[in-house]
Amino acid sequence: MSTSVRPDAGSAPRIGRARPIVLWAALIVLAVVAAMALFPSLLATHDPLRTDVRAALEAPSAAHLFGTDQSGRDVYSRVVHGAGRSVGIGLLATGLALVVGLILGALSGIAPRAVDATVMRITDVLLAFPEFLVALVVVAVLGPGPTNVAIAVTIAAVPVYVRLARVQTRSLALAEHVEAARILGVSRARAFIRHVVPGVLGSLSVLATIGIGSSILAAAGLSFLGLGPIEPSPEWGLMLSGGRNVLGTAWWIAVFPGLAITLTVVSATIVGRTLRARAEGRAS
Amino acid sequence: MTALHVQNLSVEIGGTSLVDGVSFDVARGECLAIVGESGAGKSLTAAALLGLAPPAAHVTADEMSVDGADTRRLTDGGWRELRGSRIGLVSQDALSSLDPLRRIGAEIAEPLAIHTRLSRPARRARAVELLESVSMPDAERRSGQYPHELSGGLRQRALIASALAGEPAVLIADEPTTALDATVQVRVLALLRSIVDAGTAVVFISHDFAAVRRVADRVLVMRDGRVIEHGPVSDVLGAPQEEYTRELIAASEHRPREERPGLGTAVLTGVGVSKAFAGAPAVVEASFAVRQGRTLGVVGESGSGKTTLARMIVGVERPDTGDVRWTGEHRVQLVHQNPRGAFDARWTIERSLREALEAGGVPRAARAALVADLMAEVDLAPELAKRRPAQLSGGQRQRAAIARALAADPDVLVLDEPVSALDPSVREKVLQLLRRLQRERGLTMVFVSHDLGVVAAVCDDVLVMQDGVIVEQGAVTEVFADPQHPFTQELLAASA
Repeated sequence: MSTSVRPDAGSAPRIGRARPIVLWAALIVLAVVAAMALFPSLLATHDPLRTDVRAALEAPSAAHLFGTDQSGRDVYSRVVHGAGRSVGIGLLATGLALVVGLILGALSGIAPRAVDATVMRITDVLLAFPEFLVALVVVAVLGPGPTNVAIAVTIAAVPVYVRLARVQTRSLALAEHVEAARILGVSRARAFIRHVVPGVLGSLSVLATIGIGSSILAAAGLSFLGLGPIEPSPEWGLMLSGGRNVLGTAWWIAVFPGLAITLTVVSATIVGRTLRARAEGRAS
Repeated sequence: MTALHVQNLSVEIGGTSLVDGVSFDVARGECLAIVGESGAGKSLTAAALLGLAPPAAHVTADEMSVDGADTRRLTDGGWRELRGSRIGLVSQDALSSLDPLRRIGAEIAEPLAIHTRLSRPARRARAVELLESVSMPDAERRSGQYPHELSGGLRQRALIASALAGEPAVLIADEPTTALDATVQVRVLALLRSIVDAGTAVVFISHDFAAVRRVADRVLVMRDGRVIEHGPVSDVLGAPQEEYTRELIAASEHRPREERPGLGTAVLTGVGVSKAFAGAPAVVEASFAVRQGRTLGVVGESGSGKTTLARMIVGVERPDTGDVRWTGEHRVQLVHQNPRGAFDARWTIERSLREALEAGGVPRAARAALVADLMAEVDLAPELAKRRPAQLSGGQRQRAAIARALAADPDVLVLDEPVSALDPSVREKVLQLLRRLQRERGLTMVFVSHDLGVVAAVCDDVLVMQDGVIVEQGAVTEVFADPQHPFTQELLAASA
């Protein structure tokens, strides 16, 4: 009789890869957030800006799913309308950081030593402070407003991208396949654009998928401090701040935008990590 | 006395049978070789013997015992008890098998701490003894060094010493000499044989028949997970019964190329060429000639400067002093050692070939037809052009790399170890392709290799390098028949 030498071990858990059900939940959250950001009027039940003093501070009910705030505005509709702004700032900042990081990093990867050293020392200084603190300082200098928040979050996030882009550029520029192209007679600039830059972009995009979450959080944090969009614009961080003082009596004003931020950031991070694990699995 | 007994061992992964009904015995003081090409299931067999098959693998056997202990139902703890004390492993790559942050002595003493009750000083003394037993020169001092301070051959000795520390009855050696230079290989194989003669049962896994001949008593030929031939080395290698065994043996033996006299004026002359990297000389005062329509073999061990010489010929490196002189206009192309790295992993083969044609000035409209021609010229099916490098086998990738080099329509082709990563039968086909291309295109070739057999089969002239210096050069037939320099003689003896 043939005996099994050892029982079949179940598939071992892999670091960075979420279980399917968690991943699906995260994807659904992101889909809902995307729908809110793209088509807010379809999902909202009320006008997010319309005040109604008689209906102020109402608890969640069928008429007002998430209740109403101090001015009687529908919290649910404000969360829906806030998605575009809150997530938009985070996405814009991540996208800008990616582009700026790619350009600066790739260029300093091939630049003369003096240029490279200068860029690197600047990133060193920026990296020495927590991202949020850097963003805060930048907004303090530029002044409040959604655009400035996006710029601030970009500047805070960009050093990591520059670093990664530079390292990737350096190793790819020496890669055999780039040398092979050069020997075939492909010009230096063309080999750089064709073989080096797309490779660098690939690794930066993976980093960006994880960075989106923290950028959204940083943007919401700045808004919470009153440095981003101003009242009465619906924005999650701002709404959180508005509900802070009445948390004891009207918890729904702060809790729902807070939940929206938390779920979005956690979901974006889970999906980002899964994408990274996939990308690394492909690379090895 | 039987040290290792296996009856009807099978391994399945995801419903695919990768090892199918393998049975054998190995006695103490005996060496059994398992040979086969990649994918034959030999390494998976070894892993199953050690209880190290991947988690997804389903391993079954009617009987399986190591040194009298039944291993079929061992728990993880039971395997840990067994490994090191009764069965040991020496793997191919000593650099990755040894902990880079630990001294050699500590690495060897670790199994002693697990399997014996020796005190710490006694373990240290025993580690040095073990290093001496594997003929480690200056064992006392070496035991205090880190793996990166040792050469490849010495690292392999250290790894063998650590495998022997628990005095196992069975030693599994998985391609233990594949990564080593020929002359070092011979010494490590002799060491393995002495371990066998001292009473250990050794399972020697290899694809190299010359190595098998040196150490093994019996041999087992595997193909697609099955044992297709089994018997004493002299019988199987001397009078193989199976067609596949015959092919394998034929593919690993190369008939020297016949002399082709009268050919060739020098297209390239190197005069006193030297090159150093960060002060360390790589090539020293090299003078040589590459002749029209002929193949020049560049032979040497790792670090001998042969790749640097090839790269100077292509023009990727410039000599520090001396001169590489071309006679007339020539187009040179390089085929890299590692075709996987030489292609952009994100691009299909077709796109890479098109890029090469574009760089060669071929108009866009003509490129598609030329890609098809190139694929046909290197015997690759046209549909493979749509694949990415990772989706091709090693042999196909190397053919694609040759096709790309041909896209530039070169008349001189420099090949850096083009077949060293390939299985014998695949290697033989790629060598045939190179011979055909040379005939059809009248190519002049420079062929860098550490494998003398391969060089003899494809080269007209040969140049032997040691520590950056060309120690001998001339026609292959003459150099091989009557080597003058002691290093050439040692190399030839090692590969015989």
